[in-house]
Amino acid sequence: MKRKKKWSDYMWIVSGTYFTLGFFNIVFAWLGIICFMIPLLMAIFGGTKGYCNTYCGRGQLFLQIGNTLGWSRGKVAPRWLSSKWFRNLFFAFFMFFFVQMIYITVQVADGARSLSETIHLLWTFNVPWGWAYPTEVEPWKAQFAFGLYGIMLTSLIVGIILTIVYRPRTWCVFCPMGNMTQMICKLKNKE
Amino acid sequence: MIQNKKYRFRAESEEDRCVACGVCMNVCPREAIHIHKGCYAVVDRDKCVGCGLCVKACPAGVMHKIENV
Repeated sequence: MKRKKKWSDYMWIVSGTYFTLGFFNIVFAWLGIICFMIPLLMAIFGGTKGYCNTYCGRGQLFLQIGNTLGWSRGKVAPRWLSSKWFRNLFFAFFMFFFVQMIYITVQVADGARSLSETIHLLWTFNVPWGWAYPTEVEPWKAQFAFGLYGIMLTSLIVGIILTIVYRPRTWCVFCPMGNMTQMICKLKNKE
Repeated sequence: MIQNKKYRFRAESEEDRCVACGVCMNVCPREAIHIHKGCYAVVDRDKCVGCGLCVKACPAGVMHKIENV
């Protein structure tokens, strides 16, 4: 018995489009804010993880890679990866880089730092991305876009590697957004 | 709760370790799984036929195929 496909089953196309657009014009990276806001709003006001469960394009992209293309060993990830301490540690790690990204954006806006036309990948490498920068955009707006795109692309790369090595959506077991929304839901529903 | 004893196996989730991603819910052909208030997956014992699809799909490995007793 196969489920009937719904429009929400095609969110992976939206996610794929996002990464493609950011490759050509970094300003599109701003759209990534939607991926942060919707899950939070759904958790805060709805008390559900509806975004993860139904609408997360990233998760669906991993399913496409792992299931449709078959690029997955299908082995279950080690248990520590979904343990509370690792999830929370990774959440803190993620927040550190997120705050740092905001701080750099503020510095560029203040003129205390010049715009870096690079993507910070895997928390280590600064990959030149200057071709995607339309110069008519204010430097701080571009800086935020480069920063956000780096975060998004990093999670995509890690997620794809985990999909191949383990199962599709292994990223989800410690995804900072998923962890945050689950914490909100638990608080909201007092469980 | 009345158990579905027609089938030998059923799925059960480790609620305290579940990340509530919803993979099991989406893969279940019987719509027997739901995410309880964004916290964890819950298997409806009356609907579950113990096919094990969710067990193979769960990225956190918290779904288990257990014998119906």
